[in-house]
Amino acid sequence: MNQWAFVVAAYGVTIVATVGLLAWAFLSMRTAEAEADALKRRQ
Amino acid sequence: MKVKPKHQRLVLVVLAAAAMIGAVLLAMWGLQDRAAYFVTPSDIAAGKAAPDKAMRLGGMVEKGSLKRDPDGVTVRFTVSDGKSETPVVFRGITPDLFKEGSGVVAEGRLDPNGLFVADNILAKHDERYMPPQMANEVAAR
Amino acid sequence: MHGYANPTRFLKIARPATAWLFGIGLLLLVAGAWGGLTMTPPDYLQGDTVRILYIHVPAAWLGMAGWASIAAASISQLVWRHPLAAVAGRAIAPAGATFAALCLATGSIWGRPTWGTWWEWDGRLTSMLILFFLYLGYIALASAERERGGDGRMAALFGVVGAINLPIIHYSVLWWRTLHQGQSISIAQGSSIAPELLWPLPLTMLGFTALFAAVALMRMRAELARQKVEARLRRSMAE
Repeated sequence: MNQWAFVVAAYGVTIVATVGLLAWAFLSMRTAEAEADALKRRQ
Repeated sequence: MKVKPKHQRLVLVVLAAAAMIGAVLLAMWGLQDRAAYFVTPSDIAAGKAAPDKAMRLGGMVEKGSLKRDPDGVTVRFTVSDGKSETPVVFRGITPDLFKEGSGVVAEGRLDPNGLFVADNILAKHDERYMPPQMANEVAAR
Repeated sequence: MHGYANPTRFLKIARPATAWLFGIGLLLLVAGAWGGLTMTPPDYLQGDTVRILYIHVPAAWLGMAGWASIAAASISQLVWRHPLAAVAGRAIAPAGATFAALCLATGSIWGRPTWGTWWEWDGRLTSMLILFFLYLGYIALASAERERGGDGRMAALFGVVGAINLPIIHYSVLWWRTLHQGQSISIAQGSSIAPELLWPLPLTMLGFTALFAAVALMRMRAELARQKVEARLRRSMAE
């Protein structure tokens, strides 16, 4: 059984999950803060 | 009284949460039984294991006890916990980490003669990690 | 703690902190992963599959620490009515759930070549799976309460009660017979991992922790911005 295949699979899943989580948090923050700033400027 | 849909949603979620907590408690209670995820050779020696019942047997593979039959598929070994031993027979492929002096969990049943007939073998390892050279040094001592 | 009750004061710290945590976390994580993949020797028994240790252990730890943080925030909310506590709990939950899931996934991938199975219903694995379901329940409950305009009291209660699972996960390998092996690292007894194999672990551990904190801060900022927008809309409608 190829051990490195399992290592790569584990690290691969980790990269996808970590990057996905970071991207989601960052984008949702940027959208929300942009909306708040836009509203502030309008008032 | 008309129930608002938002109110309804909250009630449902609360029920779901209550169900989940209930499931957790049930699982915890159930795990009490499965807390004996495996029985040991000492359990079998003490008569605590019923023959012909599906169970798991855990322990160490006794050094020098591992034998492969001429058919190439059947393997026989002894499981020990330091106090008692149980003979095991298994037909199939064993995990890479399955070897003498290492931990094992065998799934199967005890036959009337005290032989454990396994239909699945899992390797169990302890919490130590070290490079191969270090292991050789430890073994050499 | 009440010094940071004011969202503006909190945001003043949160903005630079997010960038620092993100950068340092990424650096530590890449360094640790690189070391664990290319510089450490294989294990005497498990060979190269031991390298999964450097991601599985931090994921497990953060999955549990995440819920502990939610429990602490929940107590702060229920007992001291800290205004940012509910926001903090909601911000931490998705990250905690992700790492709990990652722990299960990497553990399963590690288990196949070593134990010989993708999954077993032993005490450790089962209680970690329950923790993941608890996260899902908390997220659903907290967002439902938020949509309804509630103060999130039931989610906070759930966060406190669910914490009982944490000592169960930790001590499962001690109390019960499990397939999962016992503790390798303990504050009292040191480590049963040889130094040549151990050193990347603090790096990935700290790296993932910093990134976890960055995610939580970003989620808090998103939530606070959303609250600001809602407050302003309500004000302009009232005028």
